[in-house]
Amino acid sequence: MAKKNIAPDTRVRVDTWDACVDFPIFDAKTRSLKKSVIGAAGGVIGANASNVVVVEALKNINIHLKHGDRVGLVGHNGAGKSTLLRLLSGIYEPTRGACRVQGRVAPVFDLGVGMDPEISGYENIIIRGMFLGMTRKEMLKKIDDIAEFTELGDYLQMPLRTYSTGMRVRIALGVVTSIDPEILILDEGIGAVDAEFMKKARGRLQALVERSGILVFASHSNEFLAQLCDRALWIDKGEVRMEGGIDEVVEAYEGPAAAAHVRKIMAEVKADDSTKASE
Amino acid sequence: MSAVVDDDAIPARPESSESRTFARAVKDLRDGLASRELWFHLGWQDIKQRYRRSALGPFWITIATAVTATAMGLLYGELFGMDIKVFLPYVTLGFIFWNFIESSILDGSEVFSKNEGLIKQLPAPVSVHVYRVVWRALIIFAHNVAIIVIVFLIFPPPIGWSAFLVVPALVLYMLNSIWVTIVFGILSTRFRDIGQLLTTAVRLVFFMTPIIWTTTSLSNATGETSSRLKLVELNPMFHYLEIARGPLLGQPVEFYHWAVVLGCTAFGWILGMLVMRNYRARVAYWV
Repeated sequence: MAKKNIAPDTRVRVDTWDACVDFPIFDAKTRSLKKSVIGAAGGVIGANASNVVVVEALKNINIHLKHGDRVGLVGHNGAGKSTLLRLLSGIYEPTRGACRVQGRVAPVFDLGVGMDPEISGYENIIIRGMFLGMTRKEMLKKIDDIAEFTELGDYLQMPLRTYSTGMRVRIALGVVTSIDPEILILDEGIGAVDAEFMKKARGRLQALVERSGILVFASHSNEFLAQLCDRALWIDKGEVRMEGGIDEVVEAYEGPAAAAHVRKIMAEVKADDSTKASE
Repeated sequence: MSAVVDDDAIPARPESSESRTFARAVKDLRDGLASRELWFHLGWQDIKQRYRRSALGPFWITIATAVTATAMGLLYGELFGMDIKVFLPYVTLGFIFWNFIESSILDGSEVFSKNEGLIKQLPAPVSVHVYRVVWRALIIFAHNVAIIVIVFLIFPPPIGWSAFLVVPALVLYMLNSIWVTIVFGILSTRFRDIGQLLTTAVRLVFFMTPIIWTTTSLSNATGETSSRLKLVELNPMFHYLEIARGPLLGQPVEFYHWAVVLGCTAFGWILGMLVMRNYRARVAYWV
């Protein structure tokens, strides 16, 4: 993908060394689960020294990302994609091993977090930005641009509770795509807007990805992955099962048909980029 | 194409115990202070949400405190045969300062479990939520200042410059509020019974602390004052109330009250820092 205009910033890095994330589940009965159970979905369940049930959500993760890396995550439900995103954003510190995140992280797990239904759309734009690590001043500078993007006009002065779901998503997307993160962490689930608007949002999303130093993106949409990322990690049962180009990983994960689709999109993106460059 | 595992440029692995150091605990507290825009907003939002769409809004805090303090002042003043001119300001002030203590303990103990969503979605320092609780308690206190003014207008107290000793007392309140929220907040996230236990304990301590009664009414009631007074002296809350209430009532506050509070503050902060060092990183796992 396009990363021409960015001077590489060596300071921005995400590193993990044999990082493990174990969740203690205090209210689960330990005895019935004394023997570790390995299921197809979800992490490995075991018990720790003090006999608390533990879910090994991530095991021995070694990832080293630097400026310019755009990584997609694929894997089953419960394979540990979201947990890995939280580890890489510094929300979970590893229970074993080590993890270091250098740079300003903007994690987007849920578009609406921090939105207050009782205050106006304008206020919500500023507050949502603050949750993503911007200051009030920075958001005030961007607010006109975001307001224009949402196409909500005077409606932005109404309290958010009067908005439809689609209108809320517009605001959320408008804010998320306006920030300047050094490390952008995107979870799946951005895409419940009408198609016309999505086309517009996609352009902004791509611009955002180009601005940000590092992108880690978990998605079930191969199309999105191919458009935004250039590498992929296959997460399975809490471990990195495979890493490589998106087409290779998707081929191993979903089969040749999906990989062919990915290659087609990648070729389109490349053609798109070169026409843009020649213009 | 950039490699995800870039062998030649992998930085040296840090000590894996890095997350359990005092340095990280201090950094958390400092970073939390730096993102004050966020907790300023969150604290206000908490207050506004509670009184949303009511015409008087947050001034219901003022009204609720005023009504309770007046009713208790009149009732207990009558029961103990106290002079209302002295007793009503005493009860009102005690009640307002107690409210601050109580809300730090109770709100503090549930702040992490209530904000599960935020904690799991934002890589913010743990202390953001701590400061938010203290800030919220301060906003409530500020609303109650109006009552103090009104009571003082009706019953002018014999106060002088020593009344300003309430300022250092309030600073100590805030410092204590921080460690209380850290310790109880983090522990009750892990052991959910602690929050319930605290609710019960706080109510008990309210009746054991001279707020709606005075130490003099204790000695008036019976002859054997010394043992009961000792029991009051053992209650740290008594000393906390004395240092804040005394200056505003024009009563001389003996130094040992300050000493006890300073001692508790120091002890609490040591405890708070230990909890921060060992369990700060666990909060996201426990919520």
